[in-house]
Amino acid sequence: MTGHRAPHLLLSDEQKMLAKTARELIAARAAIGRLRSFRDSKDEVGFSRELWAEMAELGWLGLQIPVDHGGLGLGFFDLCVLLEQSGRALMPEPFSSTLLLGAQVFLLGGSEAQKDAWLPGIAAGEKLVSLGLPEEGIGSQVSAAANGRGFALTGEVADVLDAHVADAIVVPALAPGDRKTLFLVDRRETGVRLTRQHRIDGRNAAIVHLDRVRIGGDAIVGPRHDAGPLLDEVLDRARIGSAAQMLGAAEQAFDDTLAYIKTREQFGAPIGSFQALQHRAVSVFTELALTRSAVLAAARAVDEAPDDVARLASLANGVASETFMLAAKVAIQMHGGIGVTDEHDIGFFIKRAQADYVSLGNPSQHRRRWAKLHGY
Amino acid sequence: MGELAAFREEARAWVRENAPKSLWGTSGSGPFEGYWGGSKCRETDPDLLRWRDLGIEKRWTAPAWPVEYGGGGRSAAEEHIIHVEMQAIGVPRPVAGQGLAMLGPVLLEYGSDAQKAQHLPGIVRGEVRWCQGYSEPNAGSDLANLQLRAERQGDALVLNGQKTWTSHADLSDWIYCLVRTDSSAPKKQMGISVVLVDLSTPGITVRRIDLISGYSPFCETFFEDVRVPAENLVGKENEGWAIAKAILGHERASIGRSIARQPGSAQRDVVERARRHLGAPEGPIPDPLLRDEIAGLGMREEAFHLTLARIQQEAEVGTPGPEGSITKIVGSELKQMRFEIGMKVAGVRGLGWEGPGFDPRDLEYTRDWLRSRASTIEGGSSEIQKNIVSKRVLGLPEGKK
Repeated sequence: MTGHRAPHLLLSDEQKMLAKTARELIAARAAIGRLRSFRDSKDEVGFSRELWAEMAELGWLGLQIPVDHGGLGLGFFDLCVLLEQSGRALMPEPFSSTLLLGAQVFLLGGSEAQKDAWLPGIAAGEKLVSLGLPEEGIGSQVSAAANGRGFALTGEVADVLDAHVADAIVVPALAPGDRKTLFLVDRRETGVRLTRQHRIDGRNAAIVHLDRVRIGGDAIVGPRHDAGPLLDEVLDRARIGSAAQMLGAAEQAFDDTLAYIKTREQFGAPIGSFQALQHRAVSVFTELALTRSAVLAAARAVDEAPDDVARLASLANGVASETFMLAAKVAIQMHGGIGVTDEHDIGFFIKRAQADYVSLGNPSQHRRRWAKLHGY
Repeated sequence: MGELAAFREEARAWVRENAPKSLWGTSGSGPFEGYWGGSKCRETDPDLLRWRDLGIEKRWTAPAWPVEYGGGGRSAAEEHIIHVEMQAIGVPRPVAGQGLAMLGPVLLEYGSDAQKAQHLPGIVRGEVRWCQGYSEPNAGSDLANLQLRAERQGDALVLNGQKTWTSHADLSDWIYCLVRTDSSAPKKQMGISVVLVDLSTPGITVRRIDLISGYSPFCETFFEDVRVPAENLVGKENEGWAIAKAILGHERASIGRSIARQPGSAQRDVVERARRHLGAPEGPIPDPLLRDEIAGLGMREEAFHLTLARIQQEAEVGTPGPEGSITKIVGSELKQMRFEIGMKVAGVRGLGWEGPGFDPRDLEYTRDWLRSRASTIEGGSSEIQKNIVSKRVLGLPEGKK
């Protein structure tokens, strides 16, 4: 809170209803055990297209997409209400790729033609879009050479969420003159090759190989010269949305753990009656409360306080990453031996927690950014 | 909300117009800021006294108390708005003290009409200062183990025993005490009563306690055949434990408030110290590991203040969540964290106790750091708070400790 007025941190009645409906549907249709089946059957898609279509019909995929582009025209805050619930079930459906990275690129930087071409399809659940993030420091890079009136893209980006099924992938590339530019690459173009990756966390990803992929100048999204600020804005929204998912996931891990220690007996008493466990449980509860406030404030800032988004995105993502990891570790510890078996679902939380911890900036990177934004 | 928004404007305007400029930005210095009053008060700051008088005249020293006792007769939401507007510009409340924060709310709920009429107006006007007689040498976290005896002799109670951690007993006029009126009760929580005692009664002696930080407001208070009129019992005899818990609830809320300070102030404070001690007047703090720690503090502070705001917003719409239970734990730990990092950046220049060779700001800071170790103990230790949250909020079964 840089000013004295705290942001409004409560859900409206409509948002509470959305959370409740989403929670019920997700609990009924998206059991965490799905992650095990997708993994063991090497499922080609890795999530349920039927469920995705059903959520589209409910309007959930277009919550934040404007009405004239086929959505409900609500806020980013509303989207975060849904994302929190999807996090509870560690859903592998393409929320992060399509609704956070993909849709936000169009919303923030797309031309009218690009918005018309993509947003209605995203809201309808018919189009999937992802964004490739070249990893800093590893040197993976895509270059865009001039090619007639367009460009030829060459390079490789790994860990691109849902690229194996995405209709298009937004790729940041260096255009002539070292300008960072975002290009929209259709998966059907000649020279696009995808290698499916299998990860611990149940999310689906692929390596995107680009070999002299020819695309027109109209495939640029956002400014031609410096896409850095646009990318930052998109990533900050993804950080906040991801924090909402982490919050939901951490709450679920904690709820399951509380239920377990109330019933599991050792030494003739429920293990939840032991003070060593009780105090750890209160610590997790405490972190969850703090994290929820940070996530709500950050989500609200996207809709109402744009100048505060960067700061609160790092707060929410940094804090949620630590809290989710804590909740996941405590969950396994309190479940004891059964907690480290593949048979039990509780182990899926730490896998997702690790993925989220290192994605979109790890907590120490967020602290560094926070310090910089506060001038020290 | 329309009416409250209008009241917020009104409160903001009044506070900004009337609070003396010298008091702006002074709030947040510690738990004993502001005008505490009482007959032994030697306050001479004319602005503090003027602010007191203006607050009394406006009936905003206890905005939500009934008008008949000198309160403002306002709603809890309006009272909160008044306090927020004072906090926003960093001015202390016009009158402070345990009478306002703790005893008053309890008298309003449990006290007799005569007690309310006798005591509340003096509290509202800052004329009578109260302190709290709770802890005893053998009744700290296990408060119900208290032993100070109060025996009936006719229409009086005769008190014998000792209280400790009686903050500012040396400056107070009255003390509200938990006493044991029935030592044969089957449970130690039974047989406890709340009694109001005039500290000028013969048989009372007060001795100050020094802490690891040096001077402290804490005292020990000894009772030897102290005769108190029986009508000074609050609520029913032997049923004081429920009242005691209610007072503790007000105390924790008040500690949470006093710890909260201004949003961002802990971070600012530590950054300023780091700049001074590391010789980096601007730009990034040169030690990246210390910078990381400070950022961790700053982020936690922000999340804490957002949580306080969320708790308040939930309370305003009438759906208080369970988060209120953790503010004392988090607030006190945050305070310690702040001083720990502040001491780290000072290095050996933070080792001064007194005298030359040290910056006076560092001498004070070091005392504050030492004092901060008590914040996770006083007003219910963090461990006791966790027991309470575990049982009442998480619903975990009671067990062997």
